[in-house]
Amino acid sequence: MRTSLGRKLSLNTLALIVFAFSVFPVYWMVLTAFKPTKDIQAETPSFFPTNITFAHFGTAVNADGFWLFWRNSALVAVTAVLLSLVVACLAAYAVARMKWRGRQAFILMVFIAQMTPWEALLIPMYVIARDTDMLDKLTMLTLIYFMVTLPFTIVTLRGFLKAIPIELEEAAQVDGCNQFQAFRRIVFPLLAPGLLSTSLFGFITAWNEFAFANLLIIKNQDQRTLPVWLSSFSNTFGTDWGATMAAATLFMLPVLLIFLVLQGRVTAGVAAGAVKG
Amino acid sequence: MAVTHVETPETPVAPHAGPPAAGRRGPALPVRLLPYLLIAPTVLGTAYLLVYPLIRNLVISFQKFGIAQLIRGGADFVGFDNYRQILSDRMFWSVVLRTFVFTAINVTLIMVLATLVALLIGALGKGMRLAVMGGLVVAWAIPVIAATTVFQWLFQSQLGVVNWVLVALGFEQFDGYAWFANGTSTFAIIVVLIVWQSVPFAALTLYAAMTTVPKELHESAQIDGAGGVKTFTLITFPILRPMFGLIFCLEVIWVFKCFVQIWAISQGGPGNATLTLPVYAYQVAQSLNRYDLGAAISMVTVLILAVALLAYFRQMFKEEGEL
Repeated sequence: MRTSLGRKLSLNTLALIVFAFSVFPVYWMVLTAFKPTKDIQAETPSFFPTNITFAHFGTAVNADGFWLFWRNSALVAVTAVLLSLVVACLAAYAVARMKWRGRQAFILMVFIAQMTPWEALLIPMYVIARDTDMLDKLTMLTLIYFMVTLPFTIVTLRGFLKAIPIELEEAAQVDGCNQFQAFRRIVFPLLAPGLLSTSLFGFITAWNEFAFANLLIIKNQDQRTLPVWLSSFSNTFGTDWGATMAAATLFMLPVLLIFLVLQGRVTAGVAAGAVKG
Repeated sequence: MAVTHVETPETPVAPHAGPPAAGRRGPALPVRLLPYLLIAPTVLGTAYLLVYPLIRNLVISFQKFGIAQLIRGGADFVGFDNYRQILSDRMFWSVVLRTFVFTAINVTLIMVLATLVALLIGALGKGMRLAVMGGLVVAWAIPVIAATTVFQWLFQSQLGVVNWVLVALGFEQFDGYAWFANGTSTFAIIVVLIVWQSVPFAALTLYAAMTTVPKELHESAQIDGAGGVKTFTLITFPILRPMFGLIFCLEVIWVFKCFVQIWAISQGGPGNATLTLPVYAYQVAQSLNRYDLGAAISMVTVLILAVALLAYFRQMFKEEGEL
């Protein structure tokens, strides 16, 4: 009895340590964002919210271009995800519901595309963007994010489609629907939750992307996205750590919300391994 | 592996570009063409946005391609000159070595910590388990660029909380210590950052896999007198070996090609201390305008990654059984 109590105690202590290490950087970011500057610069930092201020959020939001970059990021991410959702839906249907020559080769291609080391394609993308007059344009970023999220979207949607019994569609077709109507009326409503979670993951990938946004948007600063803007925080905020952390918090907020909403699906959908940018 | 094919005569690849208008699909269109129309946008997208850049990279790596060729075009082919130049450069080999060391350190830490955390989660009561998993999800969710910004703040020399804690613990030498001015400490911070960001995915996935191991196996092992370590090495690990293999391969790939964390924190510095292959390729191309050398370095990176990728796919197809 005693040893099991001791074991339980030490396990829970370990769990607390793991928990603390996991959340501390995020906690510290949010705490700093709410701290008055004099508390941030105090000799002894306070580890709990004593004085709360929203001033840093004001500084971050009113910083030059914040809303513009926010809009750019949202626009690029949403467009890329919608595009990849439509394209992936078609391909996933063909893969999950039809039999055709080359199907296996196609699936293999998608799996390989999913593992593309995009970091190694920065240089040719830059050269291609330059050749086709696509530098400094959000269109190019949108296309790249579309391609980055597409393979993962196909793989996941195929999984969701496979889980929907084909008999449902066949029954609808017996009742006089054609294949498209059967898809729209029967499969699509069942697929909707899968579409939503897949597109949210795609959104996170596009929202967070830094390397291409940093490389392909150079001269026209109005076309920058939030991650690039945030990475150059010292140009914007100097040593104003409160405002920097407020900006980082605002940048993280949508992603964190999505993660919390999808928490149940998080571990289920990751075996494919594409969630991490 | 075997997927039975419906008898199809020679079918040409989809001749139409753009998404097919599924709504107008009439009986006139041969049904057997439909799947090819459905995958056409994917194939076209992949061809232009993935295969073409890869080929372009390969081509550039065999050309003389500097700023002049970038602006005016008309690059000349120079054979293997670029590869000869980088492979005979000692700097390149030190970067390769550093990349391997960097990958080894990160992946070892990630795998060990993730396994321990996964085992810990499994041993906890419900409330604590949810708290730890929630904490891991928070660490996992934070965008890379937000994380790099926060770590720069945590390790800031004057006001950073890490230095404050270290001094409070009695390590006076960390009073005002400038972490990012020193190569080794910058390297260490990037390792901590990557491990911190990667453990949640690995731990949660391993934990999910561990819950599939039948409880009876553990119980009978314990009845036979096996301790916690023995139960893990004799039962859990052998059963989950494929899962460990998959996660290991994924982490190797992710760490090896890691670019953003390093670029945002140190750009490969100070004094090349954090210069790994992807950062080196980027630096050579962007700062020196030697796109040809950068492309060659990228190709070498892709080749090395291909080995890890092959291992990953072998493992995955063994697992999945069929495509």
